[in-house]
Amino acid sequence: MDPRLSLVLFSGTDDKLNAAAVLTAGAAAIGRPVHLFLQYWALDSFRADRIADDHGLAPEAGSEGVRAAAALRAAGQAPWHETLRQAKELGEVEIQACSLSMDLLNITEADLDPLVDGVEGVTSFWLAAGDGQVVFI
Amino acid sequence: MTVTTPVATTVDARGLSCPLPIVKTALAIRELTSGDLVEVLATDPGSTKDFAAWSKTTGHQLVESSVDGKVFRYLVRKK
Repeated sequence: MDPRLSLVLFSGTDDKLNAAAVLTAGAAAIGRPVHLFLQYWALDSFRADRIADDHGLAPEAGSEGVRAAAALRAAGQAPWHETLRQAKELGEVEIQACSLSMDLLNITEADLDPLVDGVEGVTSFWLAAGDGQVVFI
Repeated sequence: MTVTTPVATTVDARGLSCPLPIVKTALAIRELTSGDLVEVLATDPGSTKDFAAWSKTTGHQLVESSVDGKVFRYLVRKK
């Protein structure tokens, strides 16, 4: 089995980014290399000046979900970008921005948080993914 | 005769949610040498299965897994 995991991050809300960060950190802890490809609204949330902002929740969260997420934050749950930082420290985690989404959102590499390692196209992404599993969030 | 190895370090992961107890432990265990014991305190209820699975995969030995009230305690020996 190819141990590589590739996560395509599409959604930019805090709940989905947190789910992706948790999956990444768990994989890093057991030594699986993880490649994150940031597209669309997920990429927007990785802007250096917005990464710590409130990015809201997915519509299915509903009002109860909003309350639950607020309670977790108040209890000191680490934000998703902090979990990703730890995952990078722990294992082989690479974060790449989708070049098409960079154009779409008018973002340059200098606008992105240092968590992002670089910019790549979809061909490079698929080649890096190899025979490993790909998850779309 | 009781054989006791002193705990080399304690990871206080109480209040941290999944998977941070594992992440913190994996980072801490790097700094140790083979045979050293790490004590982990956690409140994440998923951590019991996570520590069992993680130690199996990584080869570190889960010496103890217990719970006292809401606090889970794990002792891991570095491989």
